[in-house]
Amino acid sequence: MTLWLALVLIALVALAAGAAGYALSRRRASPPAAAAAQAPQAGLAEITAVLQALPHATVLLDETGRVAAKNAAAAELTGAAVGKPFAASFRVPDLLAAIEHVRDGAESAEAAFTLPVPVERSIEARVAPVEVGGRRYQLAFLHDITAMVRVERMRADFVANASHELRTPLTSLSGFIETILGPARDDPDATGRFLEIMQAQAQRMRRLIDDLLSLSRIELNEHVRPAAKADLAGIARDVVDAAQPALNRAGIKAVIDVAEGARPVTGARDELLQIAQNLIDNAVKYGGEGGDIEVNIFPSADGAATALSVSDKGPGIAREHIPRLTERFYRVDDAMSRERGGTGLGLAIVKHILNRHRGRLEIESEPGRGSKFTVFIPVWQPGAA
Amino acid sequence: MSEHTVKSYEGELEAISTSVAQMGGVAEALLQGAIDALQRRDSALADRMIESDRRIDELERVIEGQAVKILALRQPVGVDLRLTVTALRISNEIERIGDLAKNIAKRALVLNRENPVRLTQGLVRMGRECLSQIKAVLDAYAARDAESAMAVWRRDEEIDELYNSIFRELLTYMMEDPRTISLATHLLFVAKNLERAGDHATNIAEQVYYLAKGAYIGEDRPKGDATASASVPYEQAS
Repeated sequence: MTLWLALVLIALVALAAGAAGYALSRRRASPPAAAAAQAPQAGLAEITAVLQALPHATVLLDETGRVAAKNAAAAELTGAAVGKPFAASFRVPDLLAAIEHVRDGAESAEAAFTLPVPVERSIEARVAPVEVGGRRYQLAFLHDITAMVRVERMRADFVANASHELRTPLTSLSGFIETILGPARDDPDATGRFLEIMQAQAQRMRRLIDDLLSLSRIELNEHVRPAAKADLAGIARDVVDAAQPALNRAGIKAVIDVAEGARPVTGARDELLQIAQNLIDNAVKYGGEGGDIEVNIFPSADGAATALSVSDKGPGIAREHIPRLTERFYRVDDAMSRERGGTGLGLAIVKHILNRHRGRLEIESEPGRGSKFTVFIPVWQPGAA
Repeated sequence: MSEHTVKSYEGELEAISTSVAQMGGVAEALLQGAIDALQRRDSALADRMIESDRRIDELERVIEGQAVKILALRQPVGVDLRLTVTALRISNEIERIGDLAKNIAKRALVLNRENPVRLTQGLVRMGRECLSQIKAVLDAYAARDAESAMAVWRRDEEIDELYNSIFRELLTYMMEDPRTISLATHLLFVAKNLERAGDHATNIAEQVYYLAKGAYIGEDRPKGDATASASVPYEQAS
């Protein structure tokens, strides 16, 4: 009797184990193509090696639309992973249509598209059929033409924006020239006064041109991430030292506080310098009457970035302006900005530099309570591109 | 990609999420094209975008078919069931985004017949913000990443703030010069459509969170849309 019971128990255990094993194997069963990718087809290893040497993003897709091989540039641009469906990570319909077209037998297909966010990139793609080890694949070659497109657009934008902003000081300049040549010809006092105004206007035009040029320069490189190591605390000190004369004139102090654990960041030093400079300039220009300026350097909550914040105790900014502050030539108070030598480009420059660094800008402000501008820059990692 | 016979259950599940990603890609391209058509006054592009909404509807039907088949034949449980159900829900949300984008393209056609206005600048920015939310949430879906989905869910406030700012600006223009009313009304609807599209992105984020965690997002989402009560005093406008 006990023997019988033992036998039945063993049989039950064996059955249960078998069922569990079955469930596991069913769960793990990969689709045939994924299995093929795990045990690479003959020739795919060599192809991967060749793709790796190509400068442009290139992916090889099998008949089920899965990635059979890719290079690092493709992984960076499209998130493609070997064995996974390409369409799941890179959703551009025109490119997917071109790939399908080639899979259905076309000799080649092309697609041109732009990726609007986070930084606009323009891509020209070419797809062609390839046969490896008797199997048919599609090779998609993605050529990044962002730099070319940017150069073209930069010219158009520069003319449109700059001419509008430059016309105001120019109109005033030519008005005074006419007055000096005409009615005020024999009035040395008036002429002297007018020349001073003209000088101020000419300086304003120069500042505008400087800002426009640096904005264009940054934009041109915006899609290339900087790889150097930079120290935000040192940068903040340099900027505050350089701004000392302006601070003295305004009668305010700037206090720098570096929190423990603030790590170096990945960035181009001169561009980060420009960020700190623009933020501190703004604090002096628009928030200086309220008292001192605080500059804080601290690690972000998740530790992935180091932050630099500039706080002032000025009049603050109304809520509806905040989302639009980084638009070019957007000003909260046109007259005040012009009077204090603002070009309307300072925060636009900050935004573009941050885009390039994959950083972030946070603006906290309330009317009557001052403003706080905080930039977050990813911390430096050796070997990060 | 959906035409291929997939034999295994895993393959079917993978195919349905690839279809969702693909459908999202078409909606992204549609919204991007509609915004470009508005910004560059490109009526031909607007026409193409209106046409491409069909593809979204087509993909929605494909996903529905795939989901019904999985539910009927495989009787999924746990994460597989969540994947199937969220695919259905997300495809509904994407379909709505597609409709809103198509409506923007239609309005672009009308606006392009009028004189160029600088007012579209703020809308283009808002459109970009909206696109980056949609891209982030679809990326989160592809990666089954609940944290990124949460980030999208929280960031919707930025779109709402832009919407408020544009709403006020357009209201002021209309009061200053009644001749701009018809144009500004179209722009207001464009802004409203973008704001709605942003809301659909947060709905998708909720689904992605549910898919990854098996639970719903608990807290209340921050709400920044105050236009229901926004008005511009007449003295200030004149």
